[in-house]
Amino acid sequence: MTDLTGDTPPPETTAAPKRAGHGLGANLLGWLQAAPLTVILAGFLVAPIIMIVIVSFWGATEFSIYPAFQFDNYEFLFGSPVTYRVFLATFKYALITWALTLSIGFTVAYFLAFHVRSQTMQIALFLLCTIPFWTSNIIRMISWIPFLGRNGIANQTLQDWGLIDAPLEWLLYSDFSVILAFVHLYTLFMVVPIFNTMMRIDKSLLEAARDNGASGLQTLRHVILPLTKPGIMIGTIFVVTLVMGDFITVRFMSGSQKANVGRLISNDIALLQYPSAAATAVVLLATVLIIIAVLLRFVNIRKEL
Amino acid sequence: MEKRTTSFYVLAAFFALFVLFLYGPTITIGILSFQGPQGGLTFPMNGVSLHWFRDLFQEQAVGDIWGAFRRSLALGLMVMVSTVVISVMAGLAFRKRFKGSGVLFYLAITSLVIPSILISLGVGLIFNQLGFKVHWATSGFGSQLTWTLPFGLLIMFAVFNRFDRSYEEAARDQGATAWQTIRHVVLPIIAPSLIGVALFGFTLSYDEFARTLLTSGSYNTLPLEIFGMTTNVTTPVIYALGTLTTLFSLLIIGAFLLAAWIMGKRRARAGSDAGQGV
Repeated sequence: MTDLTGDTPPPETTAAPKRAGHGLGANLLGWLQAAPLTVILAGFLVAPIIMIVIVSFWGATEFSIYPAFQFDNYEFLFGSPVTYRVFLATFKYALITWALTLSIGFTVAYFLAFHVRSQTMQIALFLLCTIPFWTSNIIRMISWIPFLGRNGIANQTLQDWGLIDAPLEWLLYSDFSVILAFVHLYTLFMVVPIFNTMMRIDKSLLEAARDNGASGLQTLRHVILPLTKPGIMIGTIFVVTLVMGDFITVRFMSGSQKANVGRLISNDIALLQYPSAAATAVVLLATVLIIIAVLLRFVNIRKEL
Repeated sequence: MEKRTTSFYVLAAFFALFVLFLYGPTITIGILSFQGPQGGLTFPMNGVSLHWFRDLFQEQAVGDIWGAFRRSLALGLMVMVSTVVISVMAGLAFRKRFKGSGVLFYLAITSLVIPSILISLGVGLIFNQLGFKVHWATSGFGSQLTWTLPFGLLIMFAVFNRFDRSYEEAARDQGATAWQTIRHVVLPIIAPSLIGVALFGFTLSYDEFARTLLTSGSYNTLPLEIFGMTTNVTTPVIYALGTLTTLFSLLIIGAFLLAAWIMGKRRARAGSDAGQGV
């Protein structure tokens, strides 16, 4: 057995409830136990979303905001060519980052799941991949500066090798550095769910494929890949939403030279234009939720845990 | 054992490169934080010194980072404890269907995927309009929970998916009350996984930036302080700070992993394999 968890794959007794509660008594305990979670989510998730939707119809002066019911913010948003450019840039970041994190994450997970033989080694290497996730993202972004800067390691090395004459200017503060940082920060979100699903693949299926004459590549393509789809979907949900909602990576890694939707919102906030920020936020949220809704059609998250 | 194929070595090399990619930059700033007093933000090293670490202890050089560190630590512990308690309770609730469980589950997922800046903006707006002052221990605390709780809940799902209910049934058959069953059977079995939930709760809070941005008020948490520094500090002192806080994170992670490992060992010696999942 190479299952990371050391036990057999979970039987059908999933957390997904089978027995429906009967009457008030059965519900009451559940409600009590779920109450703290409900309160937090109601106060700090649902209420803020409602507030943002409300404020998106408000008006703003230079210093303050006032209640109103007007569509000015949305009219301005949809009437401005900047909006479409910025949304396009956001999709571009999401798409490129997704493709890169998926290929890297899949390869890493595949290596861990099928090529590392000892379970201890598997856990150790897996932890090696996950530890950076628990350290500061901002520090991890800062740490690219000595690499990518004008006189950074990358430019120095390339010049030493005689590959370039002058330092490359596009290494730092560019789309390149933004995407590099995204891949650096978020590949983990692909590795973990994909690895998790791969570990549940019954090894006898792979043997069966081989016994029937499938090459390694054919097994990968026709057996492993389809069975890994749920993990890929979960990873995709994470990466796409993290990149779509980001504003800090783009701001820091592009030296404020590139924009995405998150930065559009944070710029408005900095100018105290809350209604306009709220309108952009509503459109962003709608976009993200639509993407998630589509992705969730392909996977049952609760079954995959 | 069959022989290693070529693809193994290719993949192993790829994996090694990936690990280098993950850790290389952090190690680089670790080295550069020992830069000499005249040194800059990039190589070459201009001597080796502890100059920049000393700078961290002089308030005028870097602002109130120690205050920020204390606040982040306190907030991290608050979020950690709350995340463990609330996640376990919710995890228990979700083992049975109750009215509204579906909605609550999708809310938790929404909480995970919603762009963080929306939480920041929305909570900030609510507090402003109600006339409350935003503070890291109130609005900041709640906002961070919307980030840590979904992780805690998902871990609890994973735990209870692998939970053998016959232990509970055995306890009940011997006359244990519902509370006794949870207290003396369920909780001890899931304890190692709770260390995992605690680790997520603390580290995600300690490093959280976007959701705390507009909700922490006039006293910054450490990540906010560090981000503020990136705009006006142009010396390796920021690397020294980065190195210290990363070391602190590693220490915390190490302590949690060690605790989980020891618990696992003890359990193995006791001869029960219950709750080894996750």
